[in-house]
Amino acid sequence: MALIFQSEEMCLVQLFFQSESGYCCISELGELGLVQFKDLNPGTTAFQRKFIKEVRRCEEMERILWFLEKEITKAGIPMADASVLGEAPCARELLELESVIEKVDKDLKEINSSHEALKRNLTELLEMKYLLQMIQDFFEETPIDLPDRLTFSSHSLTPSSLSSLCRFVAGVIKQERFPAFERVLWRVCRGNFFLRHSEIQARFEDPVATILKKEVFIIFLQGEQFKGKIGKICEGFGLTASHSKALNHCFICDHVILVFFSPKVLNQTNEHRHNVLTSAAVNIQNWKTKVKKMKAIYHTLNLCSIDITQKLVIAEIWCPVSDLSEIHSALIKGSEKSGSSLHPVLHRIESQQTPPTFNRTTSFTSSFQTIIDSYGVGDYQEINPAPFTIITFPFLFAVMFGDCGHGLIMTLFATWMILQEGHFKRLKNEVCALSDTLFSGRYILLLMGLFSVYTGLIYNDCFSKSLSIFASAWNVRAMFQPTGPWTNHTVHSSVTLQLDPVSPGVFSGSPYPFGIDPIWNLSSNKLTFLNSYKMKMSVIFGVVHMLFGIMLSLGNYMEPRNILLQFVPEVTFMLALFGYLVFLIIFKWCAVPSSASRRAPSILLHFINMMMFSYPESSDSFLYGSQVGCIVQIFLVVTALLMVPWMLLVKPLIILKEQKKEQRSTKELVSWQKKRNSESIQHLEGDTVFLQVNMGDVFVHQAIHTIEYCLGCVSNTASYLRLWALSLAHAELSEVLWKMVPHVALSARAYLGSLMLTVIFAIFAILTVTILLIMEGLSAFLHALRLHCKFAGVPVTLFAEFSPEMSQ
Amino acid sequence: MVSHSLTLPMVIFTILWGLVGIVAPLFVPKGPNRGVIITMLITTAVCCYLFWLIAILAQANPLFGPQLKNETIWYLRYYWE
Repeated sequence: MALIFQSEEMCLVQLFFQSESGYCCISELGELGLVQFKDLNPGTTAFQRKFIKEVRRCEEMERILWFLEKEITKAGIPMADASVLGEAPCARELLELESVIEKVDKDLKEINSSHEALKRNLTELLEMKYLLQMIQDFFEETPIDLPDRLTFSSHSLTPSSLSSLCRFVAGVIKQERFPAFERVLWRVCRGNFFLRHSEIQARFEDPVATILKKEVFIIFLQGEQFKGKIGKICEGFGLTASHSKALNHCFICDHVILVFFSPKVLNQTNEHRHNVLTSAAVNIQNWKTKVKKMKAIYHTLNLCSIDITQKLVIAEIWCPVSDLSEIHSALIKGSEKSGSSLHPVLHRIESQQTPPTFNRTTSFTSSFQTIIDSYGVGDYQEINPAPFTIITFPFLFAVMFGDCGHGLIMTLFATWMILQEGHFKRLKNEVCALSDTLFSGRYILLLMGLFSVYTGLIYNDCFSKSLSIFASAWNVRAMFQPTGPWTNHTVHSSVTLQLDPVSPGVFSGSPYPFGIDPIWNLSSNKLTFLNSYKMKMSVIFGVVHMLFGIMLSLGNYMEPRNILLQFVPEVTFMLALFGYLVFLIIFKWCAVPSSASRRAPSILLHFINMMMFSYPESSDSFLYGSQVGCIVQIFLVVTALLMVPWMLLVKPLIILKEQKKEQRSTKELVSWQKKRNSESIQHLEGDTVFLQVNMGDVFVHQAIHTIEYCLGCVSNTASYLRLWALSLAHAELSEVLWKMVPHVALSARAYLGSLMLTVIFAIFAILTVTILLIMEGLSAFLHALRLHCKFAGVPVTLFAEFSPEMSQ
Repeated sequence: MVSHSLTLPMVIFTILWGLVGIVAPLFVPKGPNRGVIITMLITTAVCCYLFWLIAILAQANPLFGPQLKNETIWYLRYYWE
């Protein structure tokens, strides 16, 4: 049972096994996931390690697999999930797997390139087809009337006669570039050309799969020079333009070729590609797992050292003491699988190094352990606060959230997530990271919801309304005559009136048994009462939580003298000041009757006066007898002030005294040895100088610790006031939402009000979930986290288990 | 208004959280999670009991009363016992 309260005891173990069985043994250990390998070749770079070639091969395979996966998802083929989380393959399978994967890769590359080429050809031919079609259309047109300056004779020219007079250049161009093309042509040829263009109706796809619009154009021109210039312009725009001479022959060939290269061929290529990808898709997840495991195993083998004879592999691992037998059996299994006759040897060795910290967790406790670890992993065998955090974290959240209606929704949501666990785990890879986080925190969410329901019932806040489970402790009727001062006239004349607890019968004498009285929800000075209550509650919880933390840290003290030197002054300081404050709060609640309300002293002023040693003359300002109170308070403040130098100075002074004693004894040793051997003096003097430098460190360290603790006490107590602040914010937001949204519909007098209510309820629900649940929930979560950070220790190495599966 | 007593709720809730925090841990079945469950029960009992106790003590001797609107007063005068 003590195991969860402390991190586990770890041991350093040396493993010896044969080189042949090395691979299998490590794969067995990987399946177990209980060991951390130490790097025995720290001096070598990555390139010098023994198994670097195999690691490279695995990486190459991973790259191919990644490329395959992309192709498969692009083609929209569903991939089969990793079937059995099988064991890592043996070394022989590496070659097999490699050849299979490379073959698939080569096939796919070939298919892709031929597909590209075919598509390009098809596009060109299609362009040509449209071009020819357009030219044909153009020549069959009715004759056009050209302006006079272009004609040689007075009669109009048919386009066919035009072609005999001048040459033409025709081609296909992208529609967006056409205006630029036209402008350039105009400038170069100075308008001595005739250009016709029309849009191609069909759409083209270019290799990047964007849809393009293209146009065919035909330019008529005179003269050789123009032909050359236009040729150059077409080159500049990246077009292939055909001249009049070349076009005549292509007519017939074109159609034939198009039939030949019809989309049928393209389809066949696509189908073949699809088949290859589908067959790959079946196995791809399994391959990925296998390659990952192999890479991890070779990586680990790189960490081990191979001895001179090349026959023995030596590895050093950190593992929990309680798991030694499991590890041993796993090793035996591995060596049997590889068929070697010798079993591996386990040899536990002592080490001066601090072992890594390992906290064993179940699926329930792991989320809480993550929260604690996020602030800093505890030292080796330090007290682990996680078991307590399981309750205190959701509880502090609930104090800040405090609404039983919202808490109920949260509980239901968390319960749904827990019941759908199997469904969520299967979806794990596909859902976004945010819902992944939400899912892994489902137990925290459940506890937070449950505690919120409880605190909501105590705050008597359910969607900003109070529940009146028991009857209220306050009575209005008693304020009226004859028992009280009010008459009907008083009620008519003033808008608000305040109930007086002193009047007989108004306050029943005993408070509402469970939580806050429901009458406060109806009153306009609700916040005056609630603020005082919640602030005091925050301070009480803060002091209790901090004291609990200090008590827990008692378990971390190794030497008993440290307890006296550090723990006792810490606790005394805290109790003398803040413990007394808590006592004052509770005493005032219990002992000051309503009749004394006019004379009731303010705790805050009281406390300030106590710290400043100012005691005014009037005896009213004391809660209990003034003489006794004076003495008690002075005693407490003086004690607390005395703790500061105790924490600051006593421990370093004791250490200093011890050093001096050692110094004196070594000096005596030195002078005695001087008579015998003069060489060792240098060595010893060097030691004493070293010790003296350390003393400064000790003093500074102690001073920092003292200041941190004392100031921390004050500031942390104040920081717990966020419990009050956030619960106030939540309650007020809730009330505003109610007033602005459903209240409007509920107070509508017409029948239309019921229709409005339907719409408005939807708005109310959405706003409740987004603002009050999500936003406030996250905010309260953050602040509860902040309040737990005092359990953080010095960051140390966390136990990094070797388990290739875990990274999936 | 029903006259409540202070002692009855005190006794009931002390017994209730006492059961949760002191008696129930004795009945947790032995297993790897025994320590965690006992810790959880005790922490819950302490936190919840303290929270309830603070709420009831804060209202035990009220130094001022609620301030109500006159419409509310009129309503409560006739509809609350």
